[in-house]
Amino acid sequence: MSSDQTPPAVEDVSTQEARMGDGADDRFNSTLREAFGSTPFILTKFDKFMNWVRGSSMFMLQFGIACCSIEMIHTYAIKHDLDRFGAGVPRASPRQADVIIVPGTIVSKFAPRMKRVYDQMPEPKFVVSMGSCTISGGPFQEGYNVIKGAEEVIPVDIHVPGCPPRPEALIYGVAKLQERVANGESSPVTVKPYELEQFGDLEQDELVDKLASEIDEDDLVMRYNWNDSP
Amino acid sequence: MSLEKPSRDTELDVGATEDGLDYDALADLLGGHVLDREEHVNAEGFVIRPDEVQDVLSTLRQEVGFDHLSCVTAQEYDDRYESIYHLRKYADPTQELSVVVPSPKDDPHNESAARVYDTADWHEREAYDLVGIEYDDHPDLRRILLPETWQGHPLSQDYNQDQPQIVPLRENANPLQDDHRSEDDPDTMFVNIGPHHPATHGVLHVETVLDGEQIASLEPDIGYLHRCEEQMCQQGTYRHQIMPYPDRWDYISAGILNEWAYARAAEDLADIEVPEYAQIIRTMSAEMCRIAAHMLALATFALDVFGDFTAVFQYGIRDREIVQNLLEDLTGQRLMFNYLRLGGVAWDLPEPREEYFEKVRDFLDGLPHKLEEYHDLVTGNEIFQMRCVDTGVLSRDQVKQYGATGPVARGSGVDYDLRRDDPYGYYDELDWDVVTEQGGDNFSRVLVRMREVEESARIISQCVDLLEDWPEDDREIQANVPRTLRPDPDKEVYRAVEGAKGELGIYIRSDGTDKPARFKIRSPCFSNLQTLPEMSQGEYIPDMIASLGSLDIVLGEVDR
Repeated sequence: MSSDQTPPAVEDVSTQEARMGDGADDRFNSTLREAFGSTPFILTKFDKFMNWVRGSSMFMLQFGIACCSIEMIHTYAIKHDLDRFGAGVPRASPRQADVIIVPGTIVSKFAPRMKRVYDQMPEPKFVVSMGSCTISGGPFQEGYNVIKGAEEVIPVDIHVPGCPPRPEALIYGVAKLQERVANGESSPVTVKPYELEQFGDLEQDELVDKLASEIDEDDLVMRYNWNDSP
Repeated sequence: MSLEKPSRDTELDVGATEDGLDYDALADLLGGHVLDREEHVNAEGFVIRPDEVQDVLSTLRQEVGFDHLSCVTAQEYDDRYESIYHLRKYADPTQELSVVVPSPKDDPHNESAARVYDTADWHEREAYDLVGIEYDDHPDLRRILLPETWQGHPLSQDYNQDQPQIVPLRENANPLQDDHRSEDDPDTMFVNIGPHHPATHGVLHVETVLDGEQIASLEPDIGYLHRCEEQMCQQGTYRHQIMPYPDRWDYISAGILNEWAYARAAEDLADIEVPEYAQIIRTMSAEMCRIAAHMLALATFALDVFGDFTAVFQYGIRDREIVQNLLEDLTGQRLMFNYLRLGGVAWDLPEPREEYFEKVRDFLDGLPHKLEEYHDLVTGNEIFQMRCVDTGVLSRDQVKQYGATGPVARGSGVDYDLRRDDPYGYYDELDWDVVTEQGGDNFSRVLVRMREVEESARIISQCVDLLEDWPEDDREIQANVPRTLRPDPDKEVYRAVEGAKGELGIYIRSDGTDKPARFKIRSPCFSNLQTLPEMSQGEYIPDMIASLGSLDIVLGEVDR
């Protein structure tokens, strides 16, 4: 009986189509899939893949300090729309963010707080410093209360100069950061004069002695020496 | 509601006459309290003893009607310290008086004015912080802008800027920790709001004590953006080096309004007349800035109240972009314009002028429709009304006690607008109204801002008409000003303009050089923010956030 039956004709079916089966649409046939042909695998290094992912989906911290934050708002908002570059959803909590834009002048009272916010962000984290104030103190460099650049407090990956930078400039800075992240580059962490320290570690000079009674031993303090900074 | 000044029901105060203030009558009233009389450019200064401040100020407040302590300036001379109380009247701000209180160099002490004017509380704390004058009988004299551990007073003469400083990162203790009123009462809880918080409009830190969900006590902690603006201005020369800094006080695109405050004070100090054509350009560009500032105020307020990042916020930013483009065409910058010069403006309108006028008119024509959209989306919204009507109420007396100005004062029915009451620029030639609302709640303040946008649009459109018809050979944009300005020594002036947030005043004392000896900024937000505890006591936390949003503070201007 069986010999009577003719064997089913072997049609010229590609592996891809055979895998799809009948009744399936071509929604899985992306251009990427087509480029790879029949193989369902993409071969890459995991590190490289992760870097690409990190660069393409950045979670920014919603962090405003001064004038530059107004231009930063404009960069996020309509017309400039940073979201086009996969970096547009500001997160209110540092625990959810991996990029911090530092938009404005940092003064002595705020620097320890900014350091704390930065410390709360999960690794890996990146810093874009926006505006002249975060580079050198900008127009306020000679001020008695102004920290001369964000680099004194936290390591910075990209500096965007301007007072304030236009939204286009900030977008360029973010795009550059994405490029660096995708290439797996990161900034070397430099030793900064303005470092978070346990109070007990400070050199016991006249000023520290004077304040020793006022400040708790357990307190974290920051010490800034205006002479040593750039 | 109109350009007619509100008439006062009461009889004329002591010394008030038809053509200004009769200082002799005031001196007679104060009698032996007045040791000496000084001539300032804006008003006379009465010198009084440092231990009679409260007596003199309460007399002036009750009998003369000086209900507005607009500013307290502290400074150090070679031989003495000095505090100046700049007094004005809400009903007529052209009636001014400076009360000058000298105190000895070796032990600077004054009686505090905080018992007479609540607003003196913060102003005197700032004077103590930066200059180092101690105020006796002050409710809470401690540093306000600098960290508590700071050594020295930076605007005093012997301050060494190079000494190292230590800033602690202390957790705020719970001030009410042991204050459990009874066993049944819920515990109070201490919450830090800020300095990094999405709803604080920058780096404000609010120390809040909660009883359940209500606010038991609240204290704004400022100084996280104190970038030494006064020191910067004292280091710059009058002619060019100071003008870039005002842009960075109220940085929400209100740059030209701020520049105008400096320009007005310095022009009065140096007797400079500004050409009429330049005044019209100033008026027009300043009102554009006001629209941009109020748009952002509305956008961020909606963000605070609805958490609405998509609709109202983006609409506000969209309209700001249009205004910013107009301002960029005019000044060359989007945010930090640096456009005014002493005696005029930097350059004329962009060519071709017709195209620029057309752009401005297009914007103005579209504005009524957009405002209607805002009213549909925001003020007509039931949720918004529930959040804002009758929350954060500020009474008329509280406004005056705290020296609040601008939309905050006008939202509480205080009819006070320096553009009309102390005219400058071209405002008194134009047809526009001062907007007031009677509610005093968050809703009224937002409504005032939205209606002020309409008034600003009216002013701009009249300015455009005037500029268009201005004869071509008469377009004078700059008065003749010497290259180096050296006002006469010991000339003092306090002048204010109506900024986006309220009365923005500048006090300048010259010492004969090309730089000011003392440059003091009276920031409207600094005074307005003081009302926050009054508005929020006993309210819920979300209402406090709404109140903060409707105050519309800019930390760059609060901390300077």
